Amino acid sequence: MADKKGRFGVHGGQYIPETLMNAVIELEKEYEYYKNDPEFIRELDDLLKKYAGRPSLLYYAEKLTNTLGGAKIYLKREDLNHTGSHKINNVLGQALLAKKMGKTRLIAETGAGQHGVATATAAALLGMECVVFMGEEDTKRQALNVYRMRLLGATVVPVTSGTATLKDAVSEAMREWTSRIDDTHYCLGSVMGPHPFPTIVRDFQAVISKEAREQILEYEGRLPDAVIACVGGGSNAIGSFYNFIGDESVRLIGCEAAGRGIDTFETAATVNTGRLGIFHGMKSYFCQDEYGQIAPVYSISAGLDYPGVGPEHAYLHDIGRAEYVPITDDEAVNAFEFLSRTEGIIPAIESAHAIAYAMKLAPTMDKDKIIIVTVSGRGDKDCAAIARYRGEDIYE
Amino acid sequence: MSNIASAFKNGKAFIPFITCGDPDLETTGKIVREMAAKGADLIELGIPFSDPTAEGPVIQAANIRALSGGVTTDKIFEFVKELRRDVKIPLVFMTYANVVFSYDAERFMARCCETGIGGVILPDLPFEEKDEFLPICRQYGVDLISLIAPTSADRIAMIAREADGFIYVVSSLGVTGVRSEITTDVESIVRVIRENTSVPCAIGFGISTPEQAAKMSQYADGVIVGSAIVRQIGEYGKDSPAHVGEYVAQMKNAIK
Repeated sequence: MADKKGRFGVHGGQYIPETLMNAVIELEKEYEYYKNDPEFIRELDDLLKKYAGRPSLLYYAEKLTNTLGGAKIYLKREDLNHTGSHKINNVLGQALLAKKMGKTRLIAETGAGQHGVATATAAALLGMECVVFMGEEDTKRQALNVYRMRLLGATVVPVTSGTATLKDAVSEAMREWTSRIDDTHYCLGSVMGPHPFPTIVRDFQAVISKEAREQILEYEGRLPDAVIACVGGGSNAIGSFYNFIGDESVRLIGCEAAGRGIDTFETAATVNTGRLGIFHGMKSYFCQDEYGQIAPVYSISAGLDYPGVGPEHAYLHDIGRAEYVPITDDEAVNAFEFLSRTEGIIPAIESAHAIAYAMKLAPTMDKDKIIIVTVSGRGDKDCAAIARYRGEDIYE
Repeated sequence: MSNIASAFKNGKAFIPFITCGDPDLETTGKIVREMAAKGADLIELGIPFSDPTAEGPVIQAANIRALSGGVTTDKIFEFVKELRRDVKIPLVFMTYANVVFSYDAERFMARCCETGIGGVILPDLPFEEKDEFLPICRQYGVDLISLIAPTSADRIAMIAREADGFIYVVSSLGVTGVRSEITTDVESIVRVIRENTSVPCAIGFGISTPEQAAKMSQYADGVIVGSAIVRQIGEYGKDSPAHVGEYVAQMKNAIK
């Protein structure tokens, strides 16, 4: 869908320092070659099946459906992937590509730590060095994931600049890449940043909707009426939407983190509260002040706590193909607990934003309608934080 | 055409960078006047940005100090207007694409033209994206300064051929900041630039000592120093103008 300069409508592009230009040009060239290389395709497919555990289940959540009393709800279980989230889909692709390109070192940013863990995992498997940048604030919120990355042999660098969250981790990873390009690939975790990253990450995540489309046709003999996924940068959402974009009857709904509400400053709902800007290599929507200073955003979910959104989402919003709805911390926490109790599935707090919207939408739909909700990750990492949110202090 | 060319008519040009509003605009004004008096040929005025991805820790900290002091793009334009009553040397802005985009590029360049800002340096606007602002820059006679990096290789000629004002040759990989040694083969980069344009070249990133400046000035038409000055402002705050002035005199003397 991206044109030659990596544009999605007016969004996208390559707004990066000259120092990185040859690196992204080389990356694009190599990706264009390898994505059609039968050997690369076979190797990646093999890793996804035999290492990551794909295809992931499309599970009919019957009890959830009956409790809500409306549309049938299917859960796309990305939480069952190795490392516990959808992030592994993209990381295995990029790490394999980097290895083919002769790179020996992976760097990555991480918010909740899921992308960092996935990158550290792929680096361990493929014998590469790995450095993960993580906002200091997030290293506290997600201490368990910091330990997992270290256990996997990665170096975790706490980022103290700015708001010490995901956006600062991205800035720091970009800075690191400008200082060491020869042996290093920046394994970007979402459908954001300069071209070709939004396209590469989307292609590797599109496996979610490729499988879901086949699975729902097999189980129900028809397409779903809605697909719901949470959106930070938007990688699991674009992966969940991609193979349904051409099916106009399928509503595509991205759930943004509203934090304490979109009428407060403590929000990360970019499409709902941001405006067009240029940051982190791309033109897209960003939360910012009247002078273009990037706003400090907030969400209970470290993985959605980002002031921008991927350019393809900005475009899908512009043309009205996808809808982007805000979900507050409270709604997400309720959904986190509700899914745990009704289905015995503890979702990541990020994914709980998608569950929360399904809880609102399903009861308004007829029982013969179908919703697919992507559970992008598992919630073990969030238990301590949710306990704190509910006023209970537990020791990890 | 801007007035930038005149900066390169007084021997090798010394080009200092400071962040506007660090620690406040009054001090920035004093520093600018002091630097102009002590031999600065062109001054890069930084408009602070919340997330300066091309900057190292020293200039990042200056951006935060300036923004927490309440400086805005509007206040900076007012400040430059006032500065222009007596400061005659060429001035350029250095900032990030979103600051210009968000202000509205046309309104931004019109105000640059009106306040005598000769050029704009945007480290996150590479050759491929320059059409975002170039037509508007040309319309208002503001030079969009091109950067060439140690990794530019086959891109040098293409960038040089379309350059306006001066070319900013990035001497080192990574972000801005003082370095003990510069290992890039700057001489070869400048040679390719010279084959493709007569626009002057200035070298920046990592330069702090008179010795480094003297060495770099052999290869190019000017030397750019940012972090070494911003560090002094961070250290001495409101008392920094005299310190910075003395440093500028020393540096200009080293490259004459």
